[in-house]
Amino acid sequence: MAAPDELAFHEFEEAANLLAQTPNETTIRSDQLSPKGHVAVAMDSGASYGAEDEVEESDKTVLLQEEKQQPGFWTFGYYQSFFDVDTSQVLDRIKGSLLPRPGHNFVRHHLRNRPDLYGPFWICATLAFVLAITGNLTLVLAQRRDPSIHYSPQFHKVTVASVTIYCYTWLVPLALWGFLRWRKGVRERMGVYTFLETVCVYGYSLFVFIPTVVLWLIPVPWLQWLFGALALALSAAGLVFTLWPVVREDTRLAAGVLLSVVVLLHALLAMGCKVLGWGGHRLGLGWGLGLLAPMLTQGSRSVLFLPAAASRAHGISPPSHLSACSHRVATHPAKVRGSLGRLSLQVRNCPQLQLPPLCPRPRLEASGPLLTFSLSDPRDGDWRLP
Amino acid sequence: MAEAVESPGDPGTTTPRPLFAGLSDISISQDIPVEGEITIPVRSRIREFDSSTLNESVQNTIMRDLKAVGKKFMHVLYPRKSNTLLRDWDLWGPLILCVTLALMLQRGSVDSEKDGGPQFAEVFVIVWFGAVTITLNSKLLGGNISFFQSLCVLGYCILPLTMALLVCRLVLLAEPGPINFMVRLFVVIIMFAWSIVASTAFLADSQPPNRKALAVYPVFLFYFVISWMILTFTPQ
Repeated sequence: MAAPDELAFHEFEEAANLLAQTPNETTIRSDQLSPKGHVAVAMDSGASYGAEDEVEESDKTVLLQEEKQQPGFWTFGYYQSFFDVDTSQVLDRIKGSLLPRPGHNFVRHHLRNRPDLYGPFWICATLAFVLAITGNLTLVLAQRRDPSIHYSPQFHKVTVASVTIYCYTWLVPLALWGFLRWRKGVRERMGVYTFLETVCVYGYSLFVFIPTVVLWLIPVPWLQWLFGALALALSAAGLVFTLWPVVREDTRLAAGVLLSVVVLLHALLAMGCKVLGWGGHRLGLGWGLGLLAPMLTQGSRSVLFLPAAASRAHGISPPSHLSACSHRVATHPAKVRGSLGRLSLQVRNCPQLQLPPLCPRPRLEASGPLLTFSLSDPRDGDWRLP
Repeated sequence: MAEAVESPGDPGTTTPRPLFAGLSDISISQDIPVEGEITIPVRSRIREFDSSTLNESVQNTIMRDLKAVGKKFMHVLYPRKSNTLLRDWDLWGPLILCVTLALMLQRGSVDSEKDGGPQFAEVFVIVWFGAVTITLNSKLLGGNISFFQSLCVLGYCILPLTMALLVCRLVLLAEPGPINFMVRLFVVIIMFAWSIVASTAFLADSQPPNRKALAVYPVFLFYFVISWMILTFTPQ
């Protein structure tokens, strides 16, 4: 079209000519789009500028079709397509997950058919580390209040937390996706999400737990439960609003079961987070405390044992009298149990009683992890100093 | 050249003629272009350098590597936007720092409870796999830094945190108390900020501009976790 010696100025003319020609051509092409499908555009995409404009302005699914010719999964470019997000897009998706609205489908409005793996991966990593760190911090704060608690960095929490959270974010969407695919096979009218979109939804829905876990540091129990319930409500609402348009084509039973299972699993995760961070350190206090067994035998008072790690001496005295030796009393006849450990037992003689000055000799027997000793009636047996 | 010239006049003669017999009669009317390749083996200085490092003493080799590592340490401590860390990357420095960190952070005895500090392997795995993950992340986001360059930068920028660990160890020799903790907290926070500044000075330029925050956040998380391990370190 352009003479080789007049190239410099002819470029604009060339473009203008092309643009003048293309309006007719593009209208024909766009008419061809709907009946023929999208392959036509891919084949016709010549070097004209008009055609490229048309591709960008046309339906989003056209872009999807062109992008579907992805490199194979063994190339690096394949995985790079999952990280094709900008900072503003990630922040927008996080905002969308924090504020779920009934009409707004997270997948359609925020993901817009471009799911990414950056969000789910790093939100899970952050949540795992924040969980471990705040769990450790509560132990520090608890130790301030009660110096008998033994402090330790508890590094295993990181491993447990990260494994749990990653398994949740990858295996549950896999199950959900499989289930939806199966239901789609049964009822064709159902919509379906791709696996990556499901992973995205779950990953971004976990974001609300990060500030919740930090807020759980406040040691007021009802406030902790309130924050937990709020986070669970927001997160589960996001999931339900996203899944509802897909599931509502199905029978009510299946839809109800699916949504309730999803919410239940989410609630289990929230409870697991709370237990890992906050229940764990209590259970870790030497395993004597776990077996806090208030073994009520016939009496009305119960025996409390302190944890084996912080062993103190208890005095066991005949029950008719709250001894001054210690504030632990035993019923009579007493069969008390404690767990093995550094359990030290001191049997003292209480002078206020009119009993023989010698203490009853406890009969010790060890069976497995439990150490049982029984005191017989002082009037019956044989009083001897241990 | 002999075959390019046809003997004119007798295409079908079969009499054997001795080779090059009529060469003196031949005249070439037009220029025949000569093409080909001429290669001259260049004895570059590099080859001389290589052969000379084979013969040098071991002390020279070690000192050269140590000086390179030391120079990079200086670059980390006084971060400027220079390319030295990126151009001549090496992984000696990160290895030395990681082993020092892991040796000092590991809990001592086997019979301590299972919820104690990290073991040597845990620290090692966290540092190296964390660095690998961050590098993969920045490459997947479209950064144009090579794999080992990024590992090198992330590993060298652990140096301020290692110094913080040494200081904490010394401070813990004094009596425990809130002042002890505040001093350690202050030192760790300062060194954490220093690490972040140093690593972003080297890494941030390699990212596309609209994804810089996405690439820097994992670095922040990585150094935060290492700082946490240092801060909660209690000697047995």
